[in-house]
Amino acid sequence: MNGARIIVESLKKEKVETVFCYTGGAVIKIFDELYKHGEGLNLIQPRHEQGGTHAADGYARSTGKTGIVIVTSGPGATNTITGIATAYMDSSPLVVITGQVSSALIGTDAFQESDVTGITLPITKANFLIKDIKELAITIKKAFYIAESGRPGPVVIDIPGDIQREELDFDYPETIDLQSYKPKEAGHPRQIKTAIKLLSESKRPLVLTGGGVNLSNAMPEMNEFLNKTGIPVVHTLMGNGVNPADEGQFLGFIGMHGTLYGNYAIQNADLILAVGVRFSDRIIGDPQTYGQNAIIIHIDIDPAEIGKNIPVELPIVGSAKSILKELNNGNFKLTISEWKNELIKYKTDYPLSYDENEKIKPQAIIELAMKYFPEDTIVATDVGQNQIWVAQYYRIKNPRCFLTSGGLGTMGYGLPSAIGAAVGNPDKQVLMFAGDGGFQMNMQELGIIRKYGLKVKLIVLDNNYLGMVRQWQELLFEKRYSGTDMDFNPDFVKLAEVFNVKAVLLKDPMKAEAVIKELAESDESMLIHIAVDPDENVLPMVPAGKALDEVLTKL
Amino acid sequence: MSNEIYTDHIVSVLVHNNPGVLSKVTSLVTRRGFNIDGISAGPTRQNDMFRLTIVVKGDDKSIEQIQKQLYKIIDVVKVVPIVKSKMVGREICLIKIKASGSEKHEILQIINVFKANVVDVGSNGLTVEITGDSDKIDSFLALLEPHQISDVARTGVVAMNRWDRPYN
Repeated sequence: MNGARIIVESLKKEKVETVFCYTGGAVIKIFDELYKHGEGLNLIQPRHEQGGTHAADGYARSTGKTGIVIVTSGPGATNTITGIATAYMDSSPLVVITGQVSSALIGTDAFQESDVTGITLPITKANFLIKDIKELAITIKKAFYIAESGRPGPVVIDIPGDIQREELDFDYPETIDLQSYKPKEAGHPRQIKTAIKLLSESKRPLVLTGGGVNLSNAMPEMNEFLNKTGIPVVHTLMGNGVNPADEGQFLGFIGMHGTLYGNYAIQNADLILAVGVRFSDRIIGDPQTYGQNAIIIHIDIDPAEIGKNIPVELPIVGSAKSILKELNNGNFKLTISEWKNELIKYKTDYPLSYDENEKIKPQAIIELAMKYFPEDTIVATDVGQNQIWVAQYYRIKNPRCFLTSGGLGTMGYGLPSAIGAAVGNPDKQVLMFAGDGGFQMNMQELGIIRKYGLKVKLIVLDNNYLGMVRQWQELLFEKRYSGTDMDFNPDFVKLAEVFNVKAVLLKDPMKAEAVIKELAESDESMLIHIAVDPDENVLPMVPAGKALDEVLTKL
Repeated sequence: MSNEIYTDHIVSVLVHNNPGVLSKVTSLVTRRGFNIDGISAGPTRQNDMFRLTIVVKGDDKSIEQIQKQLYKIIDVVKVVPIVKSKMVGREICLIKIKASGSEKHEILQIINVFKANVVDVGSNGLTVEITGDSDKIDSFLALLEPHQISDVARTGVVAMNRWDRPYN
């Protein structure tokens, strides 16, 4: 069997269903084998490798399966870099197979040669250059194991052309044991016992859910824990989807643009149970004052996250799922009703709010969408104001239903990730929000919606600005809007129609409800181009590096 | 972090000798904001394992973070922090010195005091080898400074923790 066929058969052994792939000179052999022997593999060819990589990422996040990407050498591989870096920052499992020039040509600056393992070194969990066909099958096995286990992440396998053509019997290892990589699932029993004790003693406890809860499929255990203990909960951007039975416990999203009551809870808690978070700068603001009154218990599968950005009193290394299960076996005697009432009052007194005027408010659009779309809708966002408004106003009640580039903040993520989610979830509604700037960064992927019969609902919130940066310029640079106006935007309705996607322009606030209803009920893909209030800002806002209670509610 | 004390730290890293492992380790250390002051690499008793000894400057907290990050490289098997006050560390240094006949005598006296060796002699000078901890090599070089040193090559430290660690 030749190397290319070994790759295809290995993917089948890994029970891969979908491959996001773009052909080229250095993978032509792999594509030939996919053509001949790829039965059972759903091949999705994007219009650009970056779009394909984001689509694989959206597929992975929404389904919990690993996203597979196959691209050619040189530019094919370099076009995936932003997608790989995005997946790496948000710990999304990808296996990216790149073709490489033949072994004899490596290092000669050959046509479409690039040093893929060198370039992807700092943005992959692991990467491999295959130098011997005997290493091929076992490396693919390793790649899947590494991508999916522990803290997930992208893995790159670079495969030279001659290896793809060379012959070897196919022998796929059933199991793999890596001496130097043994992620630990179970938390230390003594630490868990201490956590239960600290929680029981606490008068003002708070739970913070992060992306790790989604990644380890621990949302049911998390909700069970919250329902059992009654502890109030806040979430990070990546930890969206937590849903306690008692709505009074839910305090939304925290950090730079977090809710006033969420951030208040962080600053006034006496104990924070942080699960699967990495305490990013956008979440903690000023590390010196973050959770200043709280004992912090930090659960994470990656030991390097413990104490990285803020000191913690009690670390528990292991998977969120396993540790939450243990915690759920604990006996809790909590007397926290005073604290809960204080938070409920704060939430009532300082709700999320925006001022109405004669223009269309993006927040109102998001609220309407939430009203008309079903609860298990997968919501994808781009990056910027649209992303944060959705995080604030769209209540996500299910795990793996919020796709966003949290760590890298990649504009252009929204459309392709929504497409990837639609590929992996044909029975669910997929709804994308993007700004006019980010949407144009991967708008070419509109081209594959019809091709693969996908159903995605697209909302372009057009304020004719790169709004988040414009907002910073308003706050910090005396309204010198340098580089942020988006004059000569295309007509997004015509643009969608060129790709055979139904589209509507919405300018009149009075028609908003009817249009959003139409979008939700449409049997086919549809785009709504909405001219929103160009001056609307994302609030509240904690300026970078400030304490979470030094918050602006007006610019 | 600005008021932390930055000191030399030595980290001994046991790795699988897979292609690119050295660049993976050095790139990670650099990416996390550390300068590598010295690095040495060599095989161990196990065929496929190499030991890297890395000298970096940083505060204690950041060094702990570096160790954890190093463990995330799949090829890294073990990371051992070397405690400076409780280690044996050695470096080899080769020094090429231009010297006439009378100067050679003077230099040989310094060499004797430091238990260094002459490994090559030519008509215009000599080459000296010295092994020891970094401080010893530094002082040796300082004493040779008045002479015409034409080249210096240092290996960087290899180090191990002591069997019996004295109490602090």
